[in-house]
Amino acid sequence: MLNYLIKRIGNSIIVLWVVMTVTFLLMHSIPGGPFTAEKSLPPAVRANIEARYKLNDPLLTQYKDYLSNAVRGDLGPSFKYVGRSVNDIIAESFPVSLELGVESIIIALLVGVPAGVLAAYRRNSWPDRAVNLLTTVGVAVPGFVLAALLVEVFAMKLGWLPAAMWNSWASRVLPAVALAAMPMAFITRLTRSSMLDVLGQDYIRTAKAKGLSTGAVLFRHALPNALIPVVTYLGPMAAGILTGSFVIETIFAIPGLGSYFVTSIYNRDYTVILGITLFYSAIVIFMNMLVDLIYPLLDPRIKLGERED
Amino acid sequence: MSAANELLAIENLSVGFHTYRGDIKAVRGMSLTVGQGEILGIVGESGCGKSVTAQAVMGLLPKENSFIAGGRIVFRGQDITGADEAQLRQLRGREVAMIFQDPMTSLNPVLTIGYQMTEGIMLHKGVSHEEARQEAIALLDRVGIRSAKERMGAYPHEFSGGMRQRVMIAMALICRPKLLFADEPTTALDVTIQAQILKLLGELRQEYGMSIVLISHDLGVIASICDRVEVMYAGSVAEVGTAKEIFFENGHPYTQGLLRSLPRLDADRREPLPVIAGQPPDLSLDIQGCSFLPRCPYAMKVCRDVRPEAVPLGENHTVWCWRAYREQQEQGEVSARG
Amino acid sequence: MEKQYEFSPLNISAEDVGRTAAAPSAGFWSDAWLRLKKDKGAMLGLSFILLLLAAAIIGPMLSSVSYEDQNFLQANLGPSAEHWFGTDSLGRDLFIRVLYGARISLSIGIVASLINLVIGVIYGGISGYAGGRTDRIMMNIVDVLYSVPTLLYVILLMVVFKPGLMNIFIAFGISYWLQMARIVRGEVLKLKEQEFVLAARSMGADGSRIIGRHLIPNAVGAIIVSLSMSIPDAIFTEAFLSFIGLGVSAPMASWGVLASDGVNTIRVFPYQLFFPAAAISLTMLAFNFLSDGLRDALDPKMRR
Repeated sequence: MLNYLIKRIGNSIIVLWVVMTVTFLLMHSIPGGPFTAEKSLPPAVRANIEARYKLNDPLLTQYKDYLSNAVRGDLGPSFKYVGRSVNDIIAESFPVSLELGVESIIIALLVGVPAGVLAAYRRNSWPDRAVNLLTTVGVAVPGFVLAALLVEVFAMKLGWLPAAMWNSWASRVLPAVALAAMPMAFITRLTRSSMLDVLGQDYIRTAKAKGLSTGAVLFRHALPNALIPVVTYLGPMAAGILTGSFVIETIFAIPGLGSYFVTSIYNRDYTVILGITLFYSAIVIFMNMLVDLIYPLLDPRIKLGERED
Repeated sequence: MSAANELLAIENLSVGFHTYRGDIKAVRGMSLTVGQGEILGIVGESGCGKSVTAQAVMGLLPKENSFIAGGRIVFRGQDITGADEAQLRQLRGREVAMIFQDPMTSLNPVLTIGYQMTEGIMLHKGVSHEEARQEAIALLDRVGIRSAKERMGAYPHEFSGGMRQRVMIAMALICRPKLLFADEPTTALDVTIQAQILKLLGELRQEYGMSIVLISHDLGVIASICDRVEVMYAGSVAEVGTAKEIFFENGHPYTQGLLRSLPRLDADRREPLPVIAGQPPDLSLDIQGCSFLPRCPYAMKVCRDVRPEAVPLGENHTVWCWRAYREQQEQGEVSARG
Repeated sequence: MEKQYEFSPLNISAEDVGRTAAAPSAGFWSDAWLRLKKDKGAMLGLSFILLLLAAAIIGPMLSSVSYEDQNFLQANLGPSAEHWFGTDSLGRDLFIRVLYGARISLSIGIVASLINLVIGVIYGGISGYAGGRTDRIMMNIVDVLYSVPTLLYVILLMVVFKPGLMNIFIAFGISYWLQMARIVRGEVLKLKEQEFVLAARSMGADGSRIIGRHLIPNAVGAIIVSLSMSIPDAIFTEAFLSFIGLGVSAPMASWGVLASDGVNTIRVFPYQLFFPAAAISLTMLAFNFLSDGLRDALDPKMRR
């Protein structure tokens, strides 16, 4: 157990280091450096800035600096917001994104799993068709279009919910639903297909042959098996929620890390892009690790660290 | 066999499946009877409808694409053909139990053996968890699982194939069912384990006074414990009789072919084992005459045109074959003349 | 005797056997096609995609106006007989722009998927075929890259490359091959041990020949399914990039660009969002139905 954990964390550190190096090199391969775009900058000011951000040091020195700072948890200053560090930005805006993300994951699971079970159990019935249609639409409509439609209908036309901001309880509904749409559709489809797969297994026939009620067959015998693939989807889902938040936070003007990321892309604020990318990678790697740790608890056939995917 | 002694009777049952290539008529006019305390063997090649017949009785056929096209299933005098889920659930586990071919996949991989045992006991007997536990341990002990108490918390993958099949049997015994379907119970096991499981089934039949329908493609398995044997081909019966009659006085060319393809101790090892040439028929097609015709060495014109009639060869022995019909007819003529 | 039966021997003719013996099982591809044809959703999806392809290629050629022709007198007009989808804020015909957008979006989907395919098949094929240490190292690299969201790479690459069609091809191409490499490797591993490969090997066929002639063709089912999913993925991702300002640059317009422009004017001119968004969604639906159908049709596990 401990050995596995150490190995796993070691692996994660290597992955993060690779990500860090690749992103660093990418950022520094931009011809002319990050301030070239701003032609209006007087040469003196520019030299000043470049000196402050140590852009004139050799690449290797800059890399070493960045690496040693990052190890100590310091992701450096922002190029555009003078006086603010990447750490400040993350510390301030990540809690907002985290809350939104967790709310979306809860919505996605609470709706997706039951819908998937229902669709599988009543295969080819009208509820199944309805679920199928909705999930297909959920997968087919881009997040920003869906968000815009939700705002138009529920905020503008009906006036039930606020169109933007992040203050009241009501202001959280639309963005959380919009962000949950895609993972919810995936979870529903995944639950449905894995439930169908499980329902065709011999041990379900055994359970039925015992005379168990439909409920016991579905929830005691089928669901625990069917949820195994759903759990493995939690890692990719975290990634999906992260990237989805770029769009949703921008549309709803939510001061989360996602909208900062998009702004920093518009601004070409390289240290922020780099820092947030690293931070996101760390989250996703952590989620994947979590899934690997949960996995053997669900499937007794699998020992820790043996998961094949 | 008298009707009073009759536990299960299947009359002229037909079962089909809808598939993307059209309907498959998997069972075509199948009949059988099972007497109290009897072991009936059903033998035939894979795909001949043995398992489908058993699953039709249990109501375990997939609802989406299967249908009963005709015939009746009568259990203890009650017609259960196409009974609804609630009725069937009363039957399943309580009166009729079933064990399957692959004990690896027939037990739920994420639940402990103890859970899977006690669940059925609590459901059918309404006893407390502790009582159910005791009973489960006793049953596991009975089917030959050592240190059953300790193994209650183990998962199916921690057992060997033979042990898993014993667990399956123990689970089937919970309510002392009147009838046990054993669908290829030993096919996935190696030969020594096979013999042990069959011996166990034989003992349990005595002990519990239950009837067993043993489904197998292996005549060796059938021979070892069955009282009567039904030979199935392409969804219907070819021949039925006592085990002795089927093995030594058989009248159907298919039965003879099956027997010839058994390995024998006295056979010349250099000669290849004879097999029945050809393939079983495509079950999506209608068959007008005898379904065995294309593989039959004795084919006659009548076999092509008319479905064989039942030809009684003894009190319990019947064969569906035109050749037997003609032989009997000729004998009748001879005796009438003589 | 009341019944008359013919007991004369029958010489079993080919005709008799054909009547009752098992029909020869259809080949894999014709069987798969048969399944696909029965799947209404998949056929609908396929028809839509073919129609769209035709419209995207031919449509703009037949029209007198181009996607970049501006006409300020006709700005922000609703749908009419003259402008089927209306016009945008610069007076450009939206129907032509959506059709032109189809060219761009579809070519992004197709080219990106083809690049993935080539890289994935080569990488996965080599890894699976070589096995042992080479396989372990190559798959470790994939695992490392895989544990970071692909979209982040794409964003980083687009930030570095500057937005543009060519760069989207490149960014997608070098980011999305991981899945394909894994699938191909898995298939190759499965197939490697099969007899026909052993047979080819024993007859002296060399490695690359075995990969190309035997293994890849047999993995084609899984690859086609994966392709049918990666094309809409790429279209979708491009729409996302357009929204955060990293899509193709004006005056060219992919569906993503059109839709994210439409989001800004949804209050006043909802049709400017509706048409490009509908184009994306319908295409996604079509590919989804098709890939579902393909998976069912090509999955050998489903065959009876």
